[in-house]
Amino acid sequence: MASSFRRSINPEAVSGLALISPTFLYALVLLAAPIAAVILLSFWTQDYLELHRTFTLANYVKAWTEPVYQALMIRSVKISLLVTAFTVLIGFPIAYYIAFIVPPRRKPIWLFLITIPFWTSYLVRIFLWKVILGYNGVINGSLIGIGLIEEPLKFILYNQGAVVLTLCHAWLPFAILPIYVALDKIDRSLLEAAEDLGDSPFRRFIRITLPLAMPGIMAATIIVFIPTIGDYVTPRLVGGPNGLMIANMIEVQFKKANNAPLGAALALSAMFIVTVISLIFLWANRKYLRANQ
Amino acid sequence: MSETVNPTLPIIRTVAVDKSFGSVEALRSVSLEIEQGKFFTLVGPSGCGKTTLLRVMAGFEQPTRGQVFIDGKSMEGVPANKRPTNMVFQSYAVFPHMNVGENIAYGLRSKKTPADRIATLVAEALEMVGLAGYQNRPSHALSGGQRQRVALARALVLKPKVLLLDEPLSALDKKLREQMQSELRNLQRNVGITFVLVTHDQEEALTMSDQIAVIFGGEIAQVASPEILYRRPNSREVADFVGVMNFLNVSVLSEHGTRRRVEVEGLGIVEIEEDQAPRGLVGDIVAGVRPEQFTILFEDRASADRCCSGTVTEIQYFGDMTYYAAKLEGCDKTVTISMRNTAGRRTLGPGDKADIGWRSESVLILS
Repeated sequence: MASSFRRSINPEAVSGLALISPTFLYALVLLAAPIAAVILLSFWTQDYLELHRTFTLANYVKAWTEPVYQALMIRSVKISLLVTAFTVLIGFPIAYYIAFIVPPRRKPIWLFLITIPFWTSYLVRIFLWKVILGYNGVINGSLIGIGLIEEPLKFILYNQGAVVLTLCHAWLPFAILPIYVALDKIDRSLLEAAEDLGDSPFRRFIRITLPLAMPGIMAATIIVFIPTIGDYVTPRLVGGPNGLMIANMIEVQFKKANNAPLGAALALSAMFIVTVISLIFLWANRKYLRANQ
Repeated sequence: MSETVNPTLPIIRTVAVDKSFGSVEALRSVSLEIEQGKFFTLVGPSGCGKTTLLRVMAGFEQPTRGQVFIDGKSMEGVPANKRPTNMVFQSYAVFPHMNVGENIAYGLRSKKTPADRIATLVAEALEMVGLAGYQNRPSHALSGGQRQRVALARALVLKPKVLLLDEPLSALDKKLREQMQSELRNLQRNVGITFVLVTHDQEEALTMSDQIAVIFGGEIAQVASPEILYRRPNSREVADFVGVMNFLNVSVLSEHGTRRRVEVEGLGIVEIEEDQAPRGLVGDIVAGVRPEQFTILFEDRASADRCCSGTVTEIQYFGDMTYYAAKLEGCDKTVTISMRNTAGRRTLGPGDKADIGWRSESVLILS
């Protein structure tokens, strides 16, 4: 019995399983199990100190119908779409510059410079924006100093604009790097061939560079979009009352409101929306590449 | 485009073209004329500047000094996309995100050719390179030889005045390379477009070209037809680069008008005609004899006008040919001799004595 069992298993498969098992266990305990718990929780109800373990969709109905949750959800999607659009639009020219214009021996220095913001903690960087944008901050101080304004501007901090700005700054390197990799990989003879076949630099960009950079642009979009929709530190610190996002509400439900099941339902709803929008991105990308052929 | 070519002008003319990359001089005063409708080859060792010259013609590099004329027009300031040339790249540069048909239609789209016309032209181009019906094949599913054909069709479909080919065959295996050599040659004859080929393979240059320019260190060493280049190389370097050459020491005995008598190491006294010493008899000269100009005399010594003796030291058997290394009697030189293995002819082994026949017109004096 034992020998036939052993024979039926490919030794390569055994060593492969052995190699991934620590990571697999880690992911199982710290990722799959909590998600399963959250899914389970979202179908239960909290009644002050008691948790009712009867199946109900009431939390989801609340999450999708009550105006406050709808508004927060729409605002979160809007903010992260804006952040994604800005980071990709700003990141692309920077990535293009490093890939095509910076001489090869200087590229490592440029990539190194781009990662410098990561040397300081995320929290510290957000606080820096508070210092820059605040009532007595750098911008207001300078503008008053040169006499352009007399009273400090109040609209530059504690609103959605400040959230978008702070998130863009934090996530820009994550957009630049994948786009740079995609652009740098493009065989230069393809660009020369396109020029040789009669394309102007602009047409060549549209017909060769952009489609070949698309995997990088796609990666940048998804890398920026998915985490920003769930960010709650930035809106809490620079968002003010009108800049709060869905993750802040999830936090409130789990902590102060003591309604973990509703928080779980909101979290899973946000996850669902992120998945749907990401799939739309991928579908649009495929459509674009087909149309380009 | 090609119908407006003026047949009396050289299709490409470079005038004293210099090209430097920083402190590196890639081309030095290159002046060339390439005739319309010819298969022209730039050959030289790697790093000699032949690809740079091709890229200067294509418009990817601007000459530091000098000028390039294509079909009589100066190409100064004309970008690659406005030149009447098309290029086949060494890596083929087949667009990976497009299928075969889209690749070939690329340049036609650029010129805003109507869609139905594009379909016909693409089909014709594919048929011309032996890939009829491959329009919808994705480019990643192509073999090396097929990529090469797609790159060719993509350039030829635009009917350029000149087709530039940058080492197009170097990535193919030997059999396929030889097949593509003859296909390219036939294609060039059929379409009548001037081909300018860059290669480091002198054999490829000899078999394919009408005219060959040999380039060493950024300078043109010789421009000639394959036969002249092989039979009458104008320098020691060219003779060494094109084919195999035996070099023997030589000393001048007398020089009266057209009669020149020299003494060649191992061969004795030889009378030389004027064209056998393209640069005269002055300076640091050496005698050169091609391996096939020596014959090992198996039975009759009468068939050769001159004869010497030697001892075989090594043989290399190639099937159709045998290459012998033989030490000449009376000197320390070993020469290479090639013999065709015709019916009934035996081969010698190391240590065998051999009578070696040669003719005085086979001796070249080079410097």
